[in-house]
Amino acid sequence: MLRLAPALIIALLVLPVGAGLVMVLLPAFGYLPALGGHHASLAPWQTLFAQPGLGRSVAVSFASGLVSTAMALMMVVLFLAASRGTWLDRGIRRLVSPLLAVPHAAVAFGFAFLIAPSGLVARLLSPSLTGWERPPDALIVNDPWGLSLIAGLVLKEMPFLLLMSLAALPQLQVDNRLMLARSLGYSPTIAWLKTVLPSLYPLIRLPVYAVIAYATSVVDMALILGPTLPPTLSVSILNWFNDPDITRRFMASAAAVLQLGVTLAALLCWWLLEQLTRLLMQNWLTNGGRQRGETALRVVGRSALLLSSMTALAALVGLGLFSLAGFWRFPELLPQMLTLDHWQRSAPMLAKPLLNTALIGLISTALATALVLATLENEHRQHLQPKRALWLLYLPLIVPQIAFLFGLIVAAESLGIRPQLGLVIAGHLLFVLPYVYLSLAEAYRRLDPRWLQVARSLGVSRNAAFWRVRLPLLLAPLLTAFAVGLAISIGQYLPTQLLGAGRVTTVTTEAVALASGNNRRLIGVWALVQAGLPLVGFMLALALPRLLGAKRRELAT
Amino acid sequence: MTAFATAPLRLEQIQIALADRALLAVDATIAPGEALTVMGPSGSGKSTLLAYMAGFLDPAFSANGGVWLGERNLLNLPAEKRGIGLLFQDPLLFPHLSVGGNLRFGLPSGVTDKSRQVAQALAQVGLAGFENRDPATLSGGQKARVALMRLLLSKPQAVLLDEPFSKLDTALRQEMRTLVFSQLHAAGLPALLVTHDHADAKAAGGQVIELG
Repeated sequence: MLRLAPALIIALLVLPVGAGLVMVLLPAFGYLPALGGHHASLAPWQTLFAQPGLGRSVAVSFASGLVSTAMALMMVVLFLAASRGTWLDRGIRRLVSPLLAVPHAAVAFGFAFLIAPSGLVARLLSPSLTGWERPPDALIVNDPWGLSLIAGLVLKEMPFLLLMSLAALPQLQVDNRLMLARSLGYSPTIAWLKTVLPSLYPLIRLPVYAVIAYATSVVDMALILGPTLPPTLSVSILNWFNDPDITRRFMASAAAVLQLGVTLAALLCWWLLEQLTRLLMQNWLTNGGRQRGETALRVVGRSALLLSSMTALAALVGLGLFSLAGFWRFPELLPQMLTLDHWQRSAPMLAKPLLNTALIGLISTALATALVLATLENEHRQHLQPKRALWLLYLPLIVPQIAFLFGLIVAAESLGIRPQLGLVIAGHLLFVLPYVYLSLAEAYRRLDPRWLQVARSLGVSRNAAFWRVRLPLLLAPLLTAFAVGLAISIGQYLPTQLLGAGRVTTVTTEAVALASGNNRRLIGVWALVQAGLPLVGFMLALALPRLLGAKRRELAT
Repeated sequence: MTAFATAPLRLEQIQIALADRALLAVDATIAPGEALTVMGPSGSGKSTLLAYMAGFLDPAFSANGGVWLGERNLLNLPAEKRGIGLLFQDPLLFPHLSVGGNLRFGLPSGVTDKSRQVAQALAQVGLAGFENRDPATLSGGQKARVALMRLLLSKPQAVLLDEPFSKLDTALRQEMRTLVFSQLHAAGLPALLVTHDHADAKAAGGQVIELG
């Protein structure tokens, strides 16, 4: 049984993505008998390219993906280089997991509430600095250049890239490298950039690619922060697929293929930039410069990431403020009165989506955790080297969701599987599984093998040692991985919306659905619930080992 | 601790290699109550020898030769059925269990008077009443003694020791050496010790094989 686990995981990840892509490619070239397309044709593409604003949609998707990733990566790298061992370093390390847990949609809403013409920032500066007595008539959120979308993406990508870097750094013996470079006269930040970064980047390359793929094709954030006329390519595709005129499906499929192309082009462009950077860095690495730029790099490195973390936190505070606000005249920073009205009115409507969210999250994460444990245990027993198939884990993270989920529905329907809760759970598994694996694998492999050898030499069988020694010793990382899985599942918008055919409502689908309306107080309530759920998961993951192991000092660490 | 029937541990023409590079060759018999010491620098493969005998050999190594306990061929058995107890340089007390829980972990499941045996074992090494303590609160010497008693309670037929005293401070080291070898001798267990400390070999008192 155990030996089948790796094959099962790979099949679970590869088959749906592959089937989904095929079932999008066929209609993109006119073939989908269920809708009357029996012959290959280029008509869908002709219709697609005749759509007004397509070029702009593509450009915004492409650029926002690349620019946001580059900014987030630079901020993370400079932060790591400039803040080693400072209070800021310790503080941010503590913040990064909770920040990562907050779903995209909640961050996007909170950020919109900050920067909108009548948002918190405008209120803070008005009327003293701006002279505004009423909200200015400016398109800040949903700006046509996608700038607010880019900023929102940076807020979410930064904690992800930071966490991935922090996970990779321990393998690099950073202290030794820095000590050596410092003894050769390099200042701390320069030393880090010249001796650690070149080894770190290859280790976080796949996560970076996943970020680019995500950012070029994101739907929920683009619905909230992105431009509207025309929207990003991903949002256009969603609109076309949902068009009552069902023949538009062909054009939508062609657009989904185009999205895949845009994402691949962005990845290719990034790869070229990597090569260029390497070329330019080669001389800089060995030019002997030891001090130059230290101060500037240090200031930027510390302040940029601090600013973005503070913005994300302020966004959450803003959500809370709006959800409690009573009457609130424009330039006033705080509402005149706080009220629980919006919460009380939303409470009855929250029950069903909350139940669905919990059900989908718990089941998909439990399945993912079981599969990952089986795979890792098999790897351990067969003494297999990791890594070979690791990139396959990233497949559902690198192929844009919008490019294969529609095809996946067609494929499922042709197998007689109707969109419903089960299909949503299976869809979430695709995205939860990689993250659970990534967050558990390192701790699993690092556990001292002598623990299990001692157990077995005391007469305990392999299976019993797994349950009685390995799992208890891995309790803390296991719970963290579970919380990560839950957070990923809770944040999923597109898979829930599409695979549930709009009938399976979660807090995320409900919150995003509010984006088109303008009831900020209601949005505040739902987005806060959405942000709070994963945090509860993380708090439980932190608290449980302490409660269970209250009398065991070495276990809780 | 009552002595139980034991058999000699035989290492029959064991050869271990790593990628065609021969690491060691051993042929020896250890009588019940005796201790054989294998000495050698790090990288000489002495820990690998223990892994081979206990059933945990990394497949990167190739090994052949027989491991016999009396008439039983141990190599055909899974690790947990070999009856070989292990003592490492770290006590490796399970942090999720109490001191008593660690000792019970080693007791065979059929044993009926577990509490009494655990209490007796603790008293024997001067730790009476320590059942409910968290292993993390014990001193290094106390941990080492609990690890030894956990091993003995599991009723092994032979014991392998992998530099078990190297992490103890000097004063404690001699005390533990005496305790471990007197207990193993009293239990009539054949023991194989790998170390690079000559004082360990002297305390073990048996024959010594020098590697590489």
